[in-house]
Parts: sequence; C-alpha cells; structure tokens
Amino acid sequence: MKPGDRLVTDNPDWDSGTAELGHMFRPGELDLSHKVVLYLDEITVSFDGFRALNKLSLTIDSGELRCIIGPNGAGKTTMMDVITGKTRPDEGKAFFGQTLDLTRLSEPEIAHLGIGRKFQKPTIFENHTVFENLELAMKTDKRVWRSLLALLDSAAGDRIAETLQTIRLTAHADRLAGLLSHGQKQWLEIGMLLMQEPKLLLLDEPVAGMTDEETERTGELFLSLAGKHSLVVVEHDMAFVKQLGGKVTVLHEGSVLAEGVLDEVQADARVIEVYLGR
Amino acid sequence: MRPSPARTPFIVRLGRSFDARSWLLVGLFAAFALIAVPLMHLLLPPENPLHLSTYFITLTGKILCYAIVAVAMDLIWGYGGILSLGHGLFFALGGYTFGMYLMREIGRDGSYQSDLPDFMVFLDWKELPWFWTGSDHFLWAVLLVLIVPALIAFIFGYFAFRSRIKGVYFSIITQALTYAAMLLFFRNETGFGGNNGFTDFKRILGYSITAPETRVVLFGLSALALIGTLLLARYLVTSKFGRILTAIRDAESRVMFIGYNPLWYKLFVWTLSAMLCAIAGALYVPQVGIINPSEMAVANSIEIAIWVAVGGRGTLIGAVIGAFIVNLAKSWFTVSFPEYWLFFLGTLFIVSTLWLPQGVVGLYRRLQAGRGSAQDSEPAAAPGAAVATAATVAAVAKGAGV
Ligand SMILES: Nc1ncnc2c1ncn2[C@@H]1O[C@H](COP(=O)(O)OP(=O)(O)OP(=O)(O)O)[C@@H](O)[C@H]1O
Ligand SMILES: [Mg+2]
Repeated sequence: MKPGDRLVTDNPDWDSGTAELGHMFRPGELDLSHKVVLYLDEITVSFDGFRALNKLSLTIDSGELRCIIGPNGAGKTTMMDVITGKTRPDEGKAFFGQTLDLTRLSEPEIAHLGIGRKFQKPTIFENHTVFENLELAMKTDKRVWRSLLALLDSAAGDRIAETLQTIRLTAHADRLAGLLSHGQKQWLEIGMLLMQEPKLLLLDEPVAGMTDEETERTGELFLSLAGKHSLVVVEHDMAFVKQLGGKVTVLHEGSVLAEGVLDEVQADARVIEVYLGR
Repeated sequence: MRPSPARTPFIVRLGRSFDARSWLLVGLFAAFALIAVPLMHLLLPPENPLHLSTYFITLTGKILCYAIVAVAMDLIWGYGGILSLGHGLFFALGGYTFGMYLMREIGRDGSYQSDLPDFMVFLDWKELPWFWTGSDHFLWAVLLVLIVPALIAFIFGYFAFRSRIKGVYFSIITQALTYAAMLLFFRNETGFGGNNGFTDFKRILGYSITAPETRVVLFGLSALALIGTLLLARYLVTSKFGRILTAIRDAESRVMFIGYNPLWYKLFVWTLSAMLCAIAGALYVPQVGIINPSEMAVANSIEIAIWVAVGGRGTLIGAVIGAFIVNLAKSWFTVSFPEYWLFFLGTLFIVSTLWLPQGVVGLYRRLQAGRGSAQDSEPAAAPGAAVATAATVAAVAKGAGV
C-alpha cells in the first residue's frame, strides 16, 4: 500500500512516528519512546490453583518479529489472552508501549489501541462473505452511530481489494467465509488482522493446517510486515520458525525457559529436555 | 456491499432498502389497507359480499400490531441472536402508557361521573397520582409511549449486556422481568387499575373510539406503522450495523477483538426493538378496547418467539407471516376448539423447529430453489441450533410454569 492510499475517514496520525519525535506523549496513545512495544512483568494467571502463567516476563521491541514456542499447555495462548484483555492476570504488569496498562482495558479498547489477534482456532464470520469479513475488520470508527450510517467509499473498497489480493482470496470475495478451506480461513483471519492496521500482531499458530507452499508464503508476508509492525508468532512448526528467523522465546510451565536465536535455543540442554527432545 | 457513492441523502438510502418488487408489494398492501379497506367497510352495505365486517377490521388490525412486535423480535433474536422472552412487557407498557390517555378521555362519562378514572374513585383516591400528570394530552401520551418502555429496556439491557449475560440466562431474566412487572401491575396501589387494567374507553382525540371511521383510521395507522417498521428493520439489517449485529450473534469474541464493543450494538437494537413493541401496543389498545396485566404474562412473550420461529427467523417478512398464521389459527381455534389451542401451538412450534428451521419462508425458498439443491445460499440454518432453541424455550417455559 502506498502511503497516499490511507483512508480519508481515518485518523491521519495513525503511524506511531509522532511519538518518537522528542517524546511527545499524548495520553491514550501508544508511546514507543523506549523502543519497547510490549512489556510483560511477572505475570501470573491461575485457574483453580493451577498456574497457567507463572511470573512470566517478556519484552518485545518495536518492529520486532518474535516467535514463541513451547510444548502444549505451556501457556502461550493464555499469554495472548492476558495481552488482549480476555483474561485478567492475578499478578504482574502488562504494558503496551510505555504508558498503556493492558490489565485495565477491555478487549475492544485494546483492539482499538492497535493490538490485533489471530486465534489458535480460526475465528471468522462464517455467515458473512469474505469481502464482508474484511469490511468489518477495517480500521475505522467503530461506534454504533457510525456503523448505522457507514457507506463504503472507494478508498475503502480499494483497500479491501488489495488485502484480498495479499491473502489470495480475490476470487472468493463473494463466497461465504464458512465455505473456505481451513488454510483459506487462516488467511482470511490474517487478512482481517491486516485490515485493522494494528501496531502489534499476535498470531496464535497461524500456519496450522496450511500446505507447505501456503506456509512459506505466510512466512514471507510476516517478514514483510516486520519493522513497520511488531509481530508475536506462536508456532509449533519449526521449519516455519526457522524461516522467520529472529529471536525465539521458549515457554514452559508458564514462564520463559530460554530465549535467543533458534539454533542457540535448540542447543540448550533444558529446552531439549522439555520440548525438542520429546 | 460494493462501493457506492457517499453523500447519498439518508432518506434515499432508506428507500433503497427495499428493491422494486418489495416496493410494489408494499404499495399494493398500502393501497389495500388505506383505500380498499375503508371503502369496503364504510361504503359497501353489509349485504354486499365484498363488505368487510367490524370483526375483520379489529382482528386484522390487531394482528398488524402483533406483526410489528414480531419484526421487532426478529431483529433482536433472528439477527442479534438474543432470545427475549419478555417482549410482551414492552408491548404492554406501550399499551398502558397510551391507555392512560384513553382513560382520561373518558372524562366524566365513566360510571362514577368523576374526573378521575373509575378505578381511582373505587379505591377512594382523591387526586391523580403524580405519574398521571399530563396524561390528558395526546402528544404527551405519544411521547411517553416512545420514551418510557425504551428507557426501561435501555436500563435493563445496559446491566444485562454489560454483565455479559447471554443465551438461556438472558431469556430467563427477561421472563422474570415481565413476570415481576405483571405482579406489580396486578396490585391496585400501583395505580394502573389492578387486574382489570384499563377499559371502557370512549374517545380518542374527541372522536368516538368505536365509530367505524375511527376503526378504519386506527387500522390504517397500524398498517403504516408495520410498513415503517419493516423499512427501518430492512435498512438496519442491510447496513454495516446489521452485519456487525449478525457477527456478534455468530462470533462475539472476534467482534470484540476487532474493536467493536458489543454492548452498545446489542443495547441499540434491544432498545429499538422495545420501542417498536411499545408503538405496537399503543396502536393495539384502542383497537381492542382493553389492556390489563395478563398482557405481561410469560406465555404471551413466548408466543411472540413462536410467531417468529414459525414464519422464519432472520428474514423479517417471515415474522409478519408467522404473526398472521399463528394468530389467524388462534382466533379460529379459540372459537371452535378452545381447549386444543395450546396443543396446536406446541405442535406447530416443534414442527417448525425440527423440520423448518427457517420457518415458512425457508420452506418457500427451498421449494423455489428446486428440490435438494439447498447449498451455498443458506448456511445459517443449522438444525442443531434450532433444536437447542426449541429446548431452551421449552425448558424456560416449563420453569415458569406456563
Ligand atoms: N479457562 C481455563 N480454565 C482452566 N484451565 C485453563 C484455562 N485456559 C487454559 N487453561 C490451562 O492452562 C494451561 C495453559 O494453556 P494454554 O492454552 O495457554 O496453552 P498453550 O501453550 O497455548 O498450548 P497449545 O500449544 O496446546 O495451544 C493448560 O494446562 C490449560 O489446560
Ligand atoms: Mg495455545
């Protein structure tokens, strides 16, 4: 997308660049002055005494592409639940940028601030067309009265067409999303995420159920997004993690076991024991 | 939805909610209700086979009001996925608020020849309670009809939706709400005529309420209100708002994570739905000549859901069709076999949920699409969901001792 293509209806200072100019902080906006987009500190979440997250601390830099791996039940999804406001931590801090306390915000508020999420199980609107799915996700004013009067302008139409192309669903635009294949659903959900124009993307097992070719294309897409966006990708597929490169965090029993580039992590004796050596 | 030029006046957009064929049908219906019915009732002598009787006008006028309620129910249930089993309350409240005006219009023509409504004289009250202030003004009554039930719905809905009460739980508390209101209205001290409610109306805006001309006007207004309701509902469900509403019905958490707050969306459609019911109630009361707390009975609210289920959820027109089918059947049964009515209603409901998940409209569409080729076009009709709904209604109804 060319910069001039931005939606006319949208907030022009969407790009976070302003915050970096001499630390001009405005309340309620993402402050990236210390290059940190997400900051989790000693997060603990218990379900009936069982600690799904146990003093989890994690820092994601602005523009980073981070992979999170870990055995089943390690707490990866729960971590995303905490970041997006679905689950409230019992203890610990979660900040978006320097100033936004995620533990005090609701799901729509967090989404509005610029955190987008792809669920582990693809969650799209099955009774809506592919086009409508993207339309609903598009970054815009999401209050009721706006939706009552909303008309799709041509800029928005172009934007949707562009995303359709990126996710290779142009030919399916008018089909019901429920009729797509599993891999296509995954892509549609990624497309919805792109329409939201989030600053931070959380992707929970995005390539599950995709063919090798689809997986590779997804990897390319993510790599092209990194830098401008920050991405946190949870994956079990090691080839995919390798393709993405970047730093890898290993979660185990609710806390960080190891962190580093993939080769380093794979050589770590503790990691081999709990995860790779199974 | 494909890109369309912005800057189209709202009224034009509203008009475009119906396609040409629908407008033709609406035009025919309006011509029938506003021209043919008055002529056939007022001008033709009773011997003429084309004469429409008072019975026809009253029964059909009443069902037109029910049809408005059914469309309101379809908005919230069919599109919003929220099954209200308390919609009878808003209908009754609309009836009561307008009934207050009708009671005042009786003036001194009541049996006690007092300025106060008869039931107040009977209770030995000396003056009107504060909430009856202004009830002798027609416009004030209209304002109350539009505001009071909607306000109650708004407050109730705000707390219920904010607490994320959903599904069966929501259905049960709406039932509790209407049931509690019924008990409240049964009490004489509440100030709405106790179990007798309001009746013996004489006039509306100075015109005799039983005069054939008045009946014809009320009938026409009901028809117009139904057309307006359908147009508004159609606009809503084809707008972006409508797509978000159905998205909330299908995957609420996804909607939240893309930045919409479902609370306000649900609250809007819920309050609007209540307001439409209130308008229907206000048109209903002068036509049937009575409103009492039994309108708030749980069974009445369940029946509303059945009209919609029979006609076809999530189709709007199905709600109208359902309201007509069930109520015409009811008026026939209650004359011919009153004791079998409830069995018939139950059977109808079970048949429609098990075999006609999209109701009569779904059946029609399936027949049109040709035998056995119902694919791509109708994914919403998951039989599992229909059975679950039936089970919910049955369980809830049983719990309420209906
Ligand atoms: N709502 C809940 N109630 C009870 N336990 C839960 C709940 N959510 C998660 N858990 C438990 O917390 C632990 C972590 O779950 P989580 O879903 O975060 O794991 P995960 O790392 O995403 O695993 P997977 O790779 O299988 O997706 C699991 O043991 C799970 O059973
Ligand atoms: Mg998981």
